[in-house]
Formats: sequence, C-alpha cells, structure tokens
Amino acid sequence: MTLFLETNPPEKQRSDKSAAETKAKEKAMSKNDRTFFEGSAAYDRRRKFKQSAFFNLFRAAAAINGMALLTIIYFMVANGWRAISWEFLTQPPMESMTKGGILPCIVGTVCLSFGAILAALPIGIASAIYLNEYARPGKVVRLIRLGINNLAGVPSVVFGLFGLGFFVVILDMGVSIAAGALTLGAMSLPVIIGSTEEALKSVPDTYREASLGLGATKWQTIWRVVLPSALPGILTGAILGISRAAGETAPIMFTGAVFFTPKLPTSIFNEVMALPYHIYVLATAGTEIEKTRHLQYGTAIVLIALVLGMNMLAIFWRARLRKRLK
Amino acid sequence: MANRRQTTEKSMQAMFFIIATASISILFLIMLFLFKEGLPIFKTVSLKDFIFGKYWYPTSDPADFGIFPLIVASLLVTGVSGVFSIPLGVMTAIYLSEIARPRVSEIVKPVVELLAALPSVVIGFFGMVLVAPFLQRVFDIPTGLNLFNASLMLAFMSIPTICSISEDAIHSVPIALREASVALGATQLQTIVRVVVPASISGISTAVILGLSRAVGETMVVLMVAGGAAMLPQSIFDPVRPMPASIAAEMAEAPVGGEHYYALFATGIVLFIFTMIFNIIADFIAQRYRQVGEASL
Repeated sequence: MTLFLETNPPEKQRSDKSAAETKAKEKAMSKNDRTFFEGSAAYDRRRKFKQSAFFNLFRAAAAINGMALLTIIYFMVANGWRAISWEFLTQPPMESMTKGGILPCIVGTVCLSFGAILAALPIGIASAIYLNEYARPGKVVRLIRLGINNLAGVPSVVFGLFGLGFFVVILDMGVSIAAGALTLGAMSLPVIIGSTEEALKSVPDTYREASLGLGATKWQTIWRVVLPSALPGILTGAILGISRAAGETAPIMFTGAVFFTPKLPTSIFNEVMALPYHIYVLATAGTEIEKTRHLQYGTAIVLIALVLGMNMLAIFWRARLRKRLK
Repeated sequence: MANRRQTTEKSMQAMFFIIATASISILFLIMLFLFKEGLPIFKTVSLKDFIFGKYWYPTSDPADFGIFPLIVASLLVTGVSGVFSIPLGVMTAIYLSEIARPRVSEIVKPVVELLAALPSVVIGFFGMVLVAPFLQRVFDIPTGLNLFNASLMLAFMSIPTICSISEDAIHSVPIALREASVALGATQLQTIVRVVVPASISGISTAVILGLSRAVGETMVVLMVAGGAAMLPQSIFDPVRPMPASIAAEMAEAPVGGEHYYALFATGIVLFIFTMIFNIIADFIAQRYRQVGEASL
C-alpha cells in the first residue's frame, strides 16, 4: 500500500542531539512526526515512540478502507471479466435467466435513476434556494432542516414500503418506472438539497451584492447571477444523486423492478428489470445459482462500473471546481 | 412597474417556501402510510406480543407475529458492526485531517467516498460468495451467512459516514487550540488525544450515531448475508434475520391487505422509529454542543 505512505517532513528543529542515542533509532522515531517541540532525554524518546506507534495505527485504519475497496473491486473483476461481452450488454436474458445478457436491466436502471433525478432535482434545487437565499434563521428553518435530516435517515426499505403503499397502491401506478422513480426520487432528495446548498454557499456574497446594487430584485439575482455560478456544483450533486439511485435495491423491489420481463419498457407505466435487483435475484432466488455465477459477477461489474464511474466523474469535477474557486 | 416586481418577488418567495416543505411532507406521508398499513395488525396481536413475542411464523396457521428476534438481530448486527466501524472510521478521520499530508489525503478521501458509493447489493454479494465460504472454512462453522459476516459487511457501509462527518468535526477545531497545546510542549499525538478529539467529540458522536443508524436500516446486506433465521442467536456465528431483511424478503409474497402485509408494515414502523430516534439524538447533539468560536470548550 505505497499509496498511503508519506514523504518525511524536513527535520528542521533537530539540533541538540545527545550523543548517547543511537542514530538509527533516533531516525526511526522522528520519521512520523512533524516535530513541534524538542524536549530531551528518555521521556521525550518514549513519547515519540508512542506517537509513531499510534500514527502507524491510524495509518493502518485508513489503509484498511482502501484495501476493502480494492479487494471488493478486484474479486468482482477477476471473477467476472470473462462474462463481459458485447452480447452480454446487448441481449436480454435467455433460458430462464441462465444465459444471455442484461440489456433490459441496464435500460431499466437508467430509466429509474434518471426518472428519480428528474423528479428530485427541481424540488431539491428549489428547497436549497429557499434555505440558502430566502430563509431567515428561526423555528421554521429548524423544522425544515430536521425534516430533511430525518428523511436522509429513513431506511431504504421503508422508502420501499412507502412507495408500495402510496405510489403503487393508492395512486394506482402499479409496479412501474413511475412508481419506482418517484420512490427513488424521494430518497435522493436530501442528497440533492445538501449538494445544491453547498454549491449555493460557494457563490461569493459579492456577486449577490453587485447584482442587488444594480437594482435587480432578489429573484432576478438568483436566476441570473447565483444559479449560473452554482450550476456546475449543482450538476455534480445531480450526478452523485443519479449514481446513488442507480445502486439502490430495496426501494425498487416492491415499486419498480420485477424478477423478469422480456421486453424493453415503452411507457413510464411499464415494469422493468434493474441491475441491482437482477444481481440479488440471480444470487439468491435464481433457478441455478451456481451455474449463473458468472452472470452475477458480470452484472455486478457493470453496476460497479456505472456507479463508480459516475462518482469519479463527480469527484473529479468537484475537485476542479474547488481549485478554481480558490 | 415596481409593484409588479414586488408581486413577483413575493410569489417567488412563497413558492420556494412551499417547495422547501416538500421534505417534511414526504416524511409525513411516509409516517402516515406506515401507520395506515401497519396499525391494523394490532387488531389481531397486542402491541406487547408483537414486540416481545419470541416467534415469527407469519405464514403458518395460526400465524405468530412476534418480532422480538428480529429486533434483537437488528440491534446485535448493528452493535457488532460498530465494534469495527467506530474505531476504523474515527481513526481514519483523525489520520486524514491531522496526520496525512494534503497530497495523501487527496487520494485517500476519494477512496472513502467510493467505498460509500459501492451499491449495497454488491457488498452483500461480496459477503455472500466470497466472505461466507472463507469464514466457514476458517472458523469451521455450519454456515458463513451469519451475524458476524453481516456485521463485517455493514461496518464497511457505515465507515464512510462515520469517517466523513467526524473529519468535518475535527477539521472545524480551531487551529489556535492545537498551537496552544504544542506550544506547551505536547507532542502531536498528545495534542490529538487531549485537545483535538475532546474538542470535536460532539461531532464525532453525531457521526457515530448516524453511521449506526445507517447500519440499522441497511437492507440488502443483511438480506443476503445475515442468514435469515428468525431465532434468538446463541453465538456470534448464528444466522439471524434483522428487521429490514424480513420486510424485504417477505413483502413480495405477502398479499396486499392481509395480516402478514400489516405485520411487515408494523415492522417498518418499529424500524422507522429506531432510525428516527438515532437521527433526533444526532441532531440534538449537533445543535446542543456545536462548536462556536474558540471559547466554548
């Protein structure tokens, strides 16, 4: 894991070396700290040793996260890359899902996640505009924020129950793209609000003041000045929202995705297959779980590539934005 | 002219306010539907029997609707995952904000974010096909799909939450506090342990609670990896059936409007209340002990 090693800090303050210490040991100990203070004698040595031991522990903790990510991706790719082919990506499943491809799942996942963002983005942006531009601190804002925080904490399966009770049964959408996308949209609303607010906050107040000073109204300022400057940040949030929605399974299990449907959707009231649900179905309830293992890995790779690809795009984009703002 | 502009302004503000209440409305609707579809079960089972009943046989005749084993399973899985996720998450946060050089943390931070972005079904799949056989072989147990495996997988789902919120908290500790400590002769480690962590403990607590709340509500991982036996576990290697797993697995076969359907929504109520309590506590800590300036320690 050379990834996490660091270069040594320059050793500026090391001047009063007592000769008794072995140089090698001294070096090993000072390796990991930015020495702020130079004491003397054994006490200092012991606490330096303790510090480097603990710092290595912290470093190891960080490394474990990286290793977990790499391990998961490595095993998925190592076991599944053979399954990936043009046919796999462009054909429907065949012979009770033991052969063939995953085209309907890809199409379904794209429909569901874009539908979710279409539903959540306008509401999320408007909420963030209210919270960041109009609202004054007080009980109402406090309540709205509490609502958003709690919505963010609602378990995904509970969103599924809500979607089933409300969209599927009461609004009579049936198990469909519309019901699934709205459920996912409700779930990604807090993410969108959060990232939009961050984007709005990063627009300097001087922009607003300049616009207001020229006689523009608040709404004109928001529409012509604030939103255009915040747009890249908002879009980053939208990409993260889409990727989150694409990877979720529990909310669409009862609302949008089905076990198997041979045809591609033609309207938003069609039911669809979806990548995450397809993995779950093949891995736990398929007809021949062992025989379809390579299909499961293959589907997982496609899902990971889709989700992580969008995330990396968003992270990269955001890093560039932050640099530009500085 | 000016009048029309003012009207537009007023109506815009009103519109944004109405839209901003959408989150609360959705939350309210969620509660409404959970209760509407869940409460009818208490016509057949008493609240006490539902929560403390030890047997969950929803499809047998007569059916038993006792979710005590499911509640215990959820709490145990979350608790054991916390044993892994809390130290790992907090230590990673300390490493990122206090120890790592900017260039290193620029690489590690996205790694943690990508870990958060991994779909839960992929982590569940990983636990099922790779970790489970491994555990079975190493510990010589009848099944690798058990409480321990599920906790391990859940830990990696909550680490990113714990890590990123803790990191924000640690980052917001004023630099003057660190300088003061170092100027008094403390090492960097002493500064972290005695100054920085105590100063950001409320943020770290919020992070831990939100991370655990995520673990309680996580569905796919426990559905695929926990083993699915609705019994009180005797050991850490016993299969369990946490609440979300039960809801997700059984909803498909429960007829709409039947007792089983109501019982699953009622389980959803319990789960919702659990996470709601977690979130309100987190919110309370975050508000109550917010770091304001440098004098509030």
